[in-house]
This record gives sequence, structure tokens and C-alpha cells, in this order.
Amino acid sequence: MGNLSRLLGEDVRFHNALTSCMNCGMCTAVCPAAEFYDYDPRKVCDMVQRGNDESIESLLKSDVIWYCGQCMSCKTRCPRGNVPAEVISVLRKVSQEMGYFRESGKGRQQVELMERIGGNILEIGYCVHPDKMPYETHPEQGPVWEWYLKYISRVAPKVGANYRGTGPGALRKIPDDVLDEIRRIFEVTGGMELKHKVTGD
Amino acid sequence: METISNNLHPTPPAHQRTLSASADQPEGLRPAFPAHQRYWNEYVKEIADDRYFYERSCIRQTFFPGSEAAFLKILRDELGKDIRDEVNQHTCTGIGYHSDIVPLETTMTIVARLFSLMTEAGYKNYVPSCVTSFGVFSEIVHKWEEQPALLEKTRELLFKATGREFEIPENIAHPSDIIYKFRNELKDKMKYRLVNRYTGRPLKVVDHIGCHYAKIFPEKGIGKAEFPHVLAGMVESWGGEVVDYPERRHCCGFGFRQYIIQENRGYSIANSKKKFESMEPYEPDFIVSNCPGCTMFLDKWQYVIAEMEHKTYDKEGYGIPSLTYEEMAGLLLGYDPWTLGLQLHQVQVEHLLDKIGIEYDPDDKYRAADGSLLPSPEKPNNLQV
Repeated sequence: MGNLSRLLGEDVRFHNALTSCMNCGMCTAVCPAAEFYDYDPRKVCDMVQRGNDESIESLLKSDVIWYCGQCMSCKTRCPRGNVPAEVISVLRKVSQEMGYFRESGKGRQQVELMERIGGNILEIGYCVHPDKMPYETHPEQGPVWEWYLKYISRVAPKVGANYRGTGPGALRKIPDDVLDEIRRIFEVTGGMELKHKVTGD
Repeated sequence: METISNNLHPTPPAHQRTLSASADQPEGLRPAFPAHQRYWNEYVKEIADDRYFYERSCIRQTFFPGSEAAFLKILRDELGKDIRDEVNQHTCTGIGYHSDIVPLETTMTIVARLFSLMTEAGYKNYVPSCVTSFGVFSEIVHKWEEQPALLEKTRELLFKATGREFEIPENIAHPSDIIYKFRNELKDKMKYRLVNRYTGRPLKVVDHIGCHYAKIFPEKGIGKAEFPHVLAGMVESWGGEVVDYPERRHCCGFGFRQYIIQENRGYSIANSKKKFESMEPYEPDFIVSNCPGCTMFLDKWQYVIAEMEHKTYDKEGYGIPSLTYEEMAGLLLGYDPWTLGLQLHQVQVEHLLDKIGIEYDPDDKYRAADGSLLPSPEKPNNLQV
């Protein structure tokens, strides 16, 4: 077994995600990513199952592993109980650990994802929040979103939110001691280490 | 604790269960019920009766805070339930986990911290507001059950980071499960029904189930993954008719990194568009979803498609309103549409309110909480408002 296959196998998710793929292609048939991108989860599973490190390395350095949208439709339909989307999660993890994600355009998007979503979690305790979704980078949200952001402090209480407030409720400010605990969890569980690996900070 | 099952239709004999209804089959071999009724009929899911610990959703707080408020109001005021809205809660990191920027061990420990809040407060029934969270919690508890060493490792990591301890919930249910469970009690309190007051016909409703509600663990969802009944059950109980269209099970296209990264958003809109094109011939009156991302995308992508391609999926050019299940329930219970937050939708809802006969004050739509009138949002170029 090659080094990359060994690394994939060390992830606790791997053996449940890929046990005995028979390459029927059901996952590809139902996959939203396969409809949009030149993406075929059946081929990914086949490549991983063959265990050839050279092929796996090229996969880890390619755009392919970043096309999946994690909808998990493949899990429902696989007649063998495999989870191609979870195989993808493990491939992405190893790609980031090895630094291979930097060799593809889609892979390099992890830096932005880490800075935005990872930054939000560590800074304010939310993955997404209106303060972090400016209309300028989210024009698809339409003029109602632009209006809401402009008047949010006056509209939020009307719809039951506690915007930036203390105490419980939607959009409350998460207390500093809670944020400290979140950061400590990231420190002791490898979350910060991954952040440094991805962003290079 | 009760289990939910549909006893309206007895399970057909075993020899009929694998057959599909077909006019070509001799009468004696035809199944007693259409396939979708038989499959759903065999499902059982446990949903706690009371004493819930509520965990808020990042996406719902961002886009549908009124729906979270309505859920709490429905449970407390309409059903008399005890539900805790914890001040020290936080993200489950689900969006980060599925964007691969948060390791599994970190997400497991963050989830453990949330469970420790539940334990500390003396609750055992966990209610994650978000479908992504529901999937994350189901996945992690499943992994802990399968691999006890992982659970022990998580306990150690949480204690090391925070000094906290936790118990695994006895019951994890999505809020849509709970509304579904009490749909008939709520029906008795409702002021309106899902009926077109002009024609007397049931409203035609597209139900969209968030992928992570039942595609990961089908047994965790009412009706499982292929024939989900959680929203259909509400719609049917409250007078409406569910549209069964070809792409009913297709993903809305969120895709985590496929939406968050601006240059990837073609993936997201293309998948929503596929659904719109599929549902259009059935002329639905509205869409209802149990996932916050789906509700938002099925609203906002209609606006984008209208602006980019001059195309709407209704006949009048307004688009098809996209609601949360709490908005649907709240409207029927007589809650004010602007307190529910329906003014935050890009596809306007007034035509739907008028069809149902809901009373509302149009002048209140853009009033602030203090009653002052705010300027209206800009009008889109193509989508009618």
C-alpha cells in the first residue's frame, strides 16, 4: 500500500465510505455536480479503490475533488452502502494535509473559504451572519437584501431577532467567554493547525 | 416519547410490496396502494413530546429570524411546550465541515460542547434548527455509536479544551419533525387553510426537503429519503395539495463551497433552475422547504434568473413564493406576515396571501420595529414586485 492510500485509510470515515464499490455509476447518475461539471464520482471511487498512489496523487492535485457539493444524494442511492461524497471529504483532507490543494484552481479556493467561514467561526461564533454578507459580494441576494442590511438594526427586532444584543435570540452577540472556548477547541483538535496549513499564516 | 407512523393505510401483503402499480398487471397482482404510500407507511421515527433544547441555525438567523421566532412561539404559545433558547450556544461548524475547512475532530468537539450546554440545562431532547446541523448531529452520534473510541476521544478533547462534560441526547429531532408531529393539533387552531379562496381548490404546493434531512440517514427522516412526508404531511393536513414533479428530490444546489465562492455560483443556480423548470408546468402556488439554505436559494435564484434571462416560473412574472414551514404554519395560524419576516423574501408573497384570504396591512410591510416607515427596497428590473 502506498503512502497516500495509507493516509486515506487513517481517516475514521474512510472505511465506511468505501467498502466494495462495483462501479455501477448510480452515484454519478444522481449527482448534481456531475450534471454541472466534468465530474464522475464513479471514476473517483474506482481510482481510490485501485490504490495506485501515482493516480491518487494526480487526483489530489486536480480540480476534480473540489466539484462535489456534499449533498449526499450518492449515499442514499449507492446499492453497496458506499458514500462517495465522504470519500471526497477524505481526499480533500489529505490534499490539504499534503499541500496538494495549491496545485489546482478549485483547490486554492480553500484559502478564501478558510478566511471567510473559518474566520467567521473564530471571530463571531457563526458560520454565516448578515454582517459578513455584504451586498457588494452578494448581488444575487437582490435589492431586498440590500435594504435589510441597510436597516437591519431597526428591522431585526420586528422579526424577533436580537441583532448584536446580549441574552438569547437570533443574531445575538455570542459572549466572549464562549468564543474563547470555541478557539480553545480549535487549538486542541487540529482546527487551528489546518487553518495555518491552508492559509500559510 | 411517541413514535410517528401512518396507520391510515394498512401494509399490503408481503408479496405485493415489491410490485409497482401497473395497469398491465392482472388485477389480482396489482398492489393495494401506490408505491409511495406503501413505502412511507412502513416508516417509524421517534420524536420527543416535550422539553426540547433548541439550537439555532446560522443560516436561519441570517435569512429567516422570523421563522425561528415563530417556531418558539408555536411551541410555547400554541402547544404549551417547554423549549430552551440557550444564550451560550454557537455554530455547529457544519458549513465549515462540509467546506472541508474544519476537521472532523473539531466539529465533533464543538458538537460535544453544544451537548454539554443541553446536559447542563437538564434537557435530553435536542432540536437543531438547521438541516445541515441535523445531518451533522446525526452523523456524529452515529459515528460515536459505531466507534466508541471516538466518543471517548471527543470527551477527552472537550474536557481538555473547556473542562466540560456532556451526555448524548436521548432524542434528536428537526423542528419540522415537531411541527409535523403536532400538525393536527395546530390545524385545530388555524384561522386559514391552504385553499384558494377564489376557486375553492386546494393550493398546489411544492415541498422541498433539504438533502441532509434524510439523504444521509434515511431512517432519521419522516418518510425516509425517497418518499419524505414531513412537509407533505403538513400541507395535506392543512388543506393543500402536494405537487409531485420530476425533480422533487433534486438538490437546491447550495453545495457549500459551490455557493460561498462567488465564481462557483453557476453550480448553485443551475441546480435550482433545473428544479424550477421541472415544477413550472404544474403551476405551483408556492414552495415550502425545511432547510434554510434551500428556502433562500429557491427564492433568490428566481430573482437572478428573472434579471438575467427575463424568465419567471409563474404566469404573471412575480415568481413562485418560497416559504419556510414555520412561515406557512404561522400564516395559517393568523400571525402577522411582516412579523414572520416575509418582507425579507425577494419573491413577493402578497398574491399568495390574497389567494388564501389572509388579512394584512400593506403599509406595515416596510415599517421598522418602532413603527416608523422606512424607504422601500429598490425594485428589480424584471421580477415583478
